[in-house]
Amino acid sequence: MTAALKVIQIGPAAGFQDLGRPGYIASGLTRGGAIDTLAVHEGAALLKQSPDCAVLEIASVGGMFEATASLRIALTGADMTARIDDATAAWNAVHQMEAGQRLTIGAARSGSYAYLHIGGGFDAPVRMGARGGHMSAGLGKLIAKGDTLTALPDTGTRTGYYLPRDKRFDGGTVRIVPSVQTNHFPPEERARFEATAFKRDPRANRQGIRMEHDGEGFTAQGMRTIVSEVIVQGDIQITGDGTPFVLMCESQTTGGYPRIGTVIPADLPRMAQTPAGGQITFQFITLDEAVVIQQQDAKARAGLAAKAQPLVRDINDISDLLSYQLVSGAISAQADPFE
Amino acid sequence: MSNTYPTIHTVGLSGVLVTFAEALDDTANRAALAFRAAVDAQGWDWVQESATSLISAFFRTDLAQHSAADITEQLTDLLATRDWFAAPLPEGRKLWHIPAVFGGDLAPQLDEAAEAAGLSPQDAIAELTSTRMRVITIGFAPGQPYLGTLGEHWNIPRLGTLSPNIPRGALVAAVRQLCLFSNDTPTGWRHVGQTAFHTFRPKADEPFPLSPGDELLFHATTPADYKTISANNADGAGGATWEALP
Repeated sequence: MTAALKVIQIGPAAGFQDLGRPGYIASGLTRGGAIDTLAVHEGAALLKQSPDCAVLEIASVGGMFEATASLRIALTGADMTARIDDATAAWNAVHQMEAGQRLTIGAARSGSYAYLHIGGGFDAPVRMGARGGHMSAGLGKLIAKGDTLTALPDTGTRTGYYLPRDKRFDGGTVRIVPSVQTNHFPPEERARFEATAFKRDPRANRQGIRMEHDGEGFTAQGMRTIVSEVIVQGDIQITGDGTPFVLMCESQTTGGYPRIGTVIPADLPRMAQTPAGGQITFQFITLDEAVVIQQQDAKARAGLAAKAQPLVRDINDISDLLSYQLVSGAISAQADPFE
Repeated sequence: MSNTYPTIHTVGLSGVLVTFAEALDDTANRAALAFRAAVDAQGWDWVQESATSLISAFFRTDLAQHSAADITEQLTDLLATRDWFAAPLPEGRKLWHIPAVFGGDLAPQLDEAAEAAGLSPQDAIAELTSTRMRVITIGFAPGQPYLGTLGEHWNIPRLGTLSPNIPRGALVAAVRQLCLFSNDTPTGWRHVGQTAFHTFRPKADEPFPLSPGDELLFHATTPADYKTISANNADGAGGATWEALP
C-alpha cells in the first residue's frame, strides 16, 4: 500500500517545495523552491535520502496529519510544537509513524518556516521539471484540509535520529557582498547601513522581506533611473522611501531599484527564518571572503548525514529532555517476558 | 555610446551582468540579445543559465565554484571580438496576430491614455493596431513581454497611484511601451486593451509562447468576440495566430 499523510487540519500557508526550478530566468520565472534550503538538506540527511525529494513547507502554523500506512517523517526548520498521537515528537529529528497515528504540528516557537519531510519524498505533481510550488506564478497550490499527501517509495529505514540545531532562527548578523549599485551609495551611507539594527517586517513572504528601522531612509547618489535588469535572491533593493527590501526565492526576475548589497547564499536561511520583529544587522564582506564561506557551507551541507545522532544516546546534551520518549520498551511487571 | 560601456558586474555570488548602455536604447537591446546568444554558443561549462533584460545580459553561475576574475576575462575577450551594437535581431522570430478589445469596460483607461498622448480614442486605437510592436524583453512575471516602441507622443508617464488589480491578458501602456500582463497585477500603467492571450502556459509543451525579437500586431475585436474567444480558450492562445518572420 502506498504510504500517505491525510490532511485532517492545515494552517493557511503550507505547500510543496523542493530545491526549485532553475533555468527559466529568461522567461520571467525565478527559481522558487524552499525558502530555507538548509532545512531541506537537514531533512534529507535525517531520512538518508536525496535533497531533491519534495517536502511540505509550512509558514506560521502547522496542522494535523494521519498516516495511512507505516512511514517515516522528519521535522526541520522553524521549531514548532509537534506530537505523534499523545507523545511529544522532537524537532530536527526523524520519526516512525504507524497507520492511523496522527501527527499534530502547532505554532512556531522560533523561526518562520517549518518543513515536514516524508520517507521517499512527497509525490507532488512535476511541473516544468520540479515539484515545488511557485505561487506568484500560479504554479502549484496550497495544501487544503482533506488532501492526501502521497509518498514515493521509501528505501530508507533510519528513524529516531536528530541533528543539532544551529542558531539561525532568531535573527543576528547577515553577511552581504557588494552588488551592482553598491558604489552609488556613499561610504558613510554604507557605514550607516551596517550600523543599523533592522527589524523584519511581519508582512514578509516568499517574494521578499521588508526591513524596518528607525531613522532616515538610505539613498543612492548620482544615479540616473536604472533600466530594469536581472535581480537575484538575496539582493537588497532600496525602495523609493529608502527602505531595504531583501529579495527571496519567489521574487520577480527583474527590478529597477538600486541594490546596496546582496546577502550571501549561506546566510539566506537565517534571513528566511528570522521571525517577524526579529533583529538583523548586515555586514559587508568581500567577494573573496564570501567564496571561502560558501565553499565551507557546501561542505557542511554534504556532511549533514554523518552528523545525525540517535535521539536517546546523548541525553546529557539534550536540553529539553522531556521531549523524548525515554521509557519506550520498558518491561511491565505483570507481563510474561517469554510470551 | 559612453566609452565605459559595456560593463561587467558580479551579482551576489549568483552570476555576472553585462550591461550595454546607461539608458534604454534599441542598439543596446540588440547587443544584449546577440551577446547572450554568442555566450550560449561558446558552451562554457560555468554558464548554468543565461537571460537578457532590456539592455543587459545575465549569466548565472556559482561564483564560489568559478572564479569571477576568470569569467570576467573570458567575457571581456568575447566582447572585444565584434561590434555588438550593430548585431542583427535573433533568428527564428515570429509575427503574432492577437485579437484585443480596446476601450470600454474591458479596457477602461484607453480614453485617458489617448488624451495623454494627444490623440482621439479612434486615432489611438488606429495607432495601437497598426504599429508592429517588438518584444524587447521577457521578464518580471512569467512570460511577460515588454513591447517597443510607440511614437514619441506615447511617452506618457506611469500613474502615481496604482490601479489595484488589472487582469491577466491586459494590454497596458506607458513610456512608449506596451506590456501584456501574465497575471492579475496592480500597476501604474494604463489599461488600454484586453486580450485572452496567456503569456505563461504551465501545462503546455511550450510554456512561454513569446521570445525576445518576436513582433506583435494587435487586431481590434468586439467585446462579444472577446467573450467567445475567452469561452473557448483551453490552450490559452486567445485567438492569436503567428507566422514566421524572415
